[in-house]
This record gives sequence, structure tokens and C-alpha cells, in this order.
Amino acid sequence: MIIASLFETAWHALTTHRMRSFLTMLGMMIGVAAVILMLAIGQGAQAMVRGAIESMGSNLFIVMSGATTSGGARVAMGSAPSLTFADADAIRDLPDIVAAAPMSPGSAQLIYAGLNWSTSVFGSTPDYAIVRNWPMASGGFFSEADVRSGARVAVIGQVVARELFGDEDPIGKIIRIRQAPFEVIGVLAAKGQSLDGRDQDDLLVVPISSAQQKIFSSSLRNRARFIMAQATSEKTMDAAESAINEVLRNRHRIGVGQEDDFTVRNLTAIAETAASTTRVMSLLLGAIAAISLVVGGIGIMNIMLVSVTERTREIGIRMAIGARRRDVLWQFLIEALTLSLIGCAIGLALGIGGAWLVERLAGLPVAVTPASVLMAVGVSFLIGVFFGFYPARRAAGLDPIEALRSQ
Amino acid sequence: MAESGKPLIEVVDIEKDYPTGAGVFQALRGVSLSIAAGEFVAIMGASGSGKSTFMNLLGCLDRPTRGSYHLDGKDVSRMTSDQLAALRNREIGFVFQGFNLLPKLTALDNVALPLMYAGMGREARRRQAQATLDRVGLGERSHHTPLQLSGGQQQRVAIARALATRPRIIFADEPTGNLDSETSRQVMGFFSQLNREEGITLVLVTHEADIAAYARRRIRFQDGRVVEDVAIEAAAA
Ligand SMILES: Nc1ncnc2c1ncn2[C@@H]1O[C@H](COP(=O)(O)OP(=O)(O)OP(=O)(O)O)[C@@H](O)[C@H]1O
Ligand SMILES: [Mg+2]
Repeated sequence: MIIASLFETAWHALTTHRMRSFLTMLGMMIGVAAVILMLAIGQGAQAMVRGAIESMGSNLFIVMSGATTSGGARVAMGSAPSLTFADADAIRDLPDIVAAAPMSPGSAQLIYAGLNWSTSVFGSTPDYAIVRNWPMASGGFFSEADVRSGARVAVIGQVVARELFGDEDPIGKIIRIRQAPFEVIGVLAAKGQSLDGRDQDDLLVVPISSAQQKIFSSSLRNRARFIMAQATSEKTMDAAESAINEVLRNRHRIGVGQEDDFTVRNLTAIAETAASTTRVMSLLLGAIAAISLVVGGIGIMNIMLVSVTERTREIGIRMAIGARRRDVLWQFLIEALTLSLIGCAIGLALGIGGAWLVERLAGLPVAVTPASVLMAVGVSFLIGVFFGFYPARRAAGLDPIEALRSQ
Repeated sequence: MAESGKPLIEVVDIEKDYPTGAGVFQALRGVSLSIAAGEFVAIMGASGSGKSTFMNLLGCLDRPTRGSYHLDGKDVSRMTSDQLAALRNREIGFVFQGFNLLPKLTALDNVALPLMYAGMGREARRRQAQATLDRVGLGERSHHTPLQLSGGQQQRVAIARALATRPRIIFADEPTGNLDSETSRQVMGFFSQLNREEGITLVLVTHEADIAAYARRRIRFQDGRVVEDVAIEAAAA
């Protein structure tokens, strides 16, 4: 086949002008490397956000004590949270709600065998594990009975387990939380980073009653700073939200026209917004990188035009011995394609290497997907054809006699 | 002269105009002649008389402005550029004064080039190119590039390239123009042999009478017209 031989011809032509070929490919190389790197960073960010959303728990509401402000919920200084455990029970009893966990957050120093570790402490109920969709790595979660009796039991996250116990099995061990002894009965599975970049595994969960009596020693018995609730499905989210509003307004006796003393937020919707923001950002990064690919393509066209002019006589000779116009067209098209595809291959290597470096050195999550590699190869191919076609057609359109006469 | 009834080459009233700054220049002003298969024709004439113009038309590198050209009975003026390319590839070999080899390719690859355009596979065309180089006596130089060869050797590579696809006709425009007399004699001896032993039709342009003497018919051009067309008695060679 002539086409196969023309690849050899192209290779020969390109290796006779090594420096020029290399410089021409440089544009493609940088373009492809940039596209791969930018997509890798963008997709890494997306994957992180997606992971964070999944680990957050699905179809999630957070009901906060306090009225709505632009910044979130507001609680008057010193005033007690407006939400109660009974509110949480009432929300859980709604038809579209699976589980509702009253939450009492805080932080405390943990001590075990001379080691100490400061962490977030959450007082909650067994519903917490449900709404957060959080399986156990070992042991079990505490029960409703533990909540009722104010048992001194605790469930710890992976970070706490690692920091306090190392290789030791934490189950059954007694730790001190602000002097109060608690028995570790379970270790939560790893979840990783949350959307705001915090390590979700750095926590301790205890029955909300025990937290309020023995750790926070607050006077806020039976009150919850916020309630986390899970709807039955994505479709019931809206109905569930209005049901929560209605039941709480009833229970808190808030009349028509009066301001709510609570705020319901659809966490899943907020997370989706974050996800689409990252998606847009990664597209934007890719698009900017794609511009450099186009610039690389123009570089190829430029050199191919020079090459056609320089090799006019060669084209004349080839035509004189029987090259058809399309053979000449293919010859130059294949040369342009070879340039762009070799540039693409080197650019791929650079981009993947760069992504690896970014991950190692900058600690950013990156993801080089087969789709982005395929896209880069496809686009390079198209650029080779697109920017190679004009010079190739010029070559093919030459008049044999005039071409032979040129110097 | 006409051994068979139908001539291989038949041109009638061919004219070629070149557009120039000062209007149209008529390089050929009505040339009619026919050449039979197996002939050996020398074309002579003063510089600028239209010899190369005529050869380029015969070699299907260019098209006449007016007049008809039949090659082997087929009307060349009606052919598409692809058909002309195929003619140049298979029926016609062209030898230039300046050799016109591709400087970056070896002798072998130069000779194999027309075979590539003929669609021949890599190995087959290398074999055939090597055999053709052997025929012109350059078998051992097949891996030299043109720059590593003498003028006479380069012209022999060019002849091998013209012969590679086993064409029936060879057009040579001043093939010895860049060669010394001894090398010219060798090249012309080879051309005569091709004509005699293989029946290849040869048309060559030359300025020198002793080169023209190898041919058996002499056509003389002057100002774009044929002014002489005579048979040469076999004496030389
Ligand atoms: N492309 C062209 N444009 C204009 N005029 C041309 C062109 N090619 C040839 N001519 C003119 O046509 C005439 C014939 O040219 P041609 O090359 O056929 O001459 P020639 O007989 O081969 O001469 P020489 O012996 O010097 O090679 C010349 O006067 C030349 O100037
Ligand atoms: Mg001439």
C-alpha cells in the first residue's frame, strides 16, 4: 500500500530535520501535556468532591437551631438551642424521613495510657450512623438504651483510633474524656476528607445524654444544637423539607408571619452545587489547555507550509515519476499527522508524569482517566488532519512542470 | 519509417502558449509529427526553439494549448491528472539534464520511488529496483546517496529510475548535457542498447551532433516549428 510507504517517507523527512521536527512538535507536546494535566487536576478535584458527598450521607438535611441569616443560622448569644430531642423524634416520625439524629457538638481532650488527643466530640443517637451512612470498622454503635441511660460508651473515628491506640485493639478499652471514663465500643470505618477539607475520621461519638451530662456538663438537657435527618429518597426531599418546617413550626408554636427559630438546609443540594462548580472549573481548565493545543496545531501548519515551499522541486520530481495528486496530498498529510501524534505521545508522557508530580509534591488529588487520554489523542489526530490539510492540498495542487523548474 | 500502421506517438498541430508580462509567448507554433514504437529519435535545435516545451508535452508533464496528442491511440488531452500520472508512472520514463534525484534518498530508494507509486510492496520494489540498478551497472552503489556519486553515476541512477516500471518510452531532455564526453558515450551506448535489444522507444533532446548520431531519426526545431525531420544512416554506435 502506498499509504503505508508514505509513513516511512514521512518518518524519513522528519528525521532529516530533527531539530525542526522537535520544535514543531513542542507546541503539540506542551498542549497535550497541559490538557492531560489540567483534566487530571480537575477530575481529581471532582473525584474528591464526589467522594466527600458520598461520605457525607445521602439525601441529607441539617436542621439548625436559630433563625435564618445570610451566613447561616443565628443563635442569640447565651440562649439555649431551640431544638429538642423530642423535635428529632417528631422529624423521624415523618413519612418521608428515614432517620433523624439530634446533635450536640463540641470538642474535648482524650486521654489513654498517657497519650492525649484533641478531637471533635459529637453527642448523638444511633440514628447518626444511619444518616451519615457510616459503617463500623469494628465493634458496634451504641444503642437507644445507652442514650436513655446515659451510658459511658464511645465510638471513635479512624484517626482517634490511630492516634490513641496505634496497633492496639481499641474495643473494650477505657479512655478519659475530660476526666470522665468512657468505654470504647466501636470504631467507625474510614471516610476521608469532607467537602470543606476537614478529616471526617477525627471524631468521637457518644450518646447525646452522656455528652451533655459528663463531657459538656451543660445545662442544656434534652436540647440539640442541630438535627441531621435523612429523607427516604432524592424525590421525597422537597416534601420532606416542607414537612419538617411544618412540624417544627407547630411544635414551637410559631404563628403565621412570625420568624422561624430554626433553619432547614438541604445539604445534598448544597453539595451538588459544589460538585457542579468543580465540574465547571475542570472544564474551564481543560478549555484553556486546549487553546495551547490549537496553537501547537498552528505551529505544525506553519512548518508544513515552509516544508512544502522548500520541497517544491521534490514534489515536481515525485509527480514526474507518477505520483498522483492524492499521493502528494497524503504524503504531507501523513507528515503532519506523524508530527502531531508523536508530539501527542510525548505530551501524554509529560502530562501523566506531571500529574504524578503534582500529586506527590503538591498533594493535590489528580486523576488521569482513559477518557482524557483518548480525547487528547483524538484531538491531536484531528489537529494533525485539520492543520495538515491546507499545506498538503497546496503541495498536491502544484503544477508538475513549474514545481520541477523551481530551485 | 512507419513500421506498423498505428504510430505510438502522434501529435497534430500542437501549440503551446506561455503567458508573459508582454502578452502571450508562442513556444510551439503548430508541430505535427508521429513516432512509431521502437524508434530512436534525436531532437535538435537552437536554445529557446521549444525542444523542452515539446518534450514536456510528450512526457505528459504539461498540456498543449491547442492541438491533439495521441499516445498509443489514446487522446492525452482528455485525460484526468490521475490518468496522466499513471501514464508517467507506467508507460513513460523521463530523464532530465539535471538528473533530478532526491538527494536524501539512496540510489536504491530513488529507483524504487516510481514503483511505490505503482503500488508495489516494499520488498518487491526493493528487489526490482536493485535489479534495475544492476542493469545500469550500479548494483554495488545502491546504498549511496546522489551526493556520493559522480555525475555519470547519478545519470545512470536516473535512467534506472526511468526504467524501473518497465516503460515503453523514454524521454530524455539533454541527458548528457551535464556529462563529459567519455561519460556521455557510455550513457548513449546504454540508450542504444535499450532501444536495440528491448525495443524501447527513445526520444532525446541534444545540442551535440555526435550525440544525435546515436539516433536513427533527427528532428530539428526552430522558433517553435519543426524545420527538419530526417532519417540518419546507421554509422555510429
Ligand atoms: N514557463 C514559461 N513561461 C514563459 N516562457 C517560457 C516558459 N518556458 C519556456 N518559455 C519560453 O519558451 C521558449 C522555448 O523554451 P524551451 O525551454 O522549450 O527551449 P529549449 O529549446 O528547450 O531551449 P534549451 O536548448 O536552451 O533548453 C523559450 O523562449 C522560453 O523562454
Ligand atoms: Mg531545454
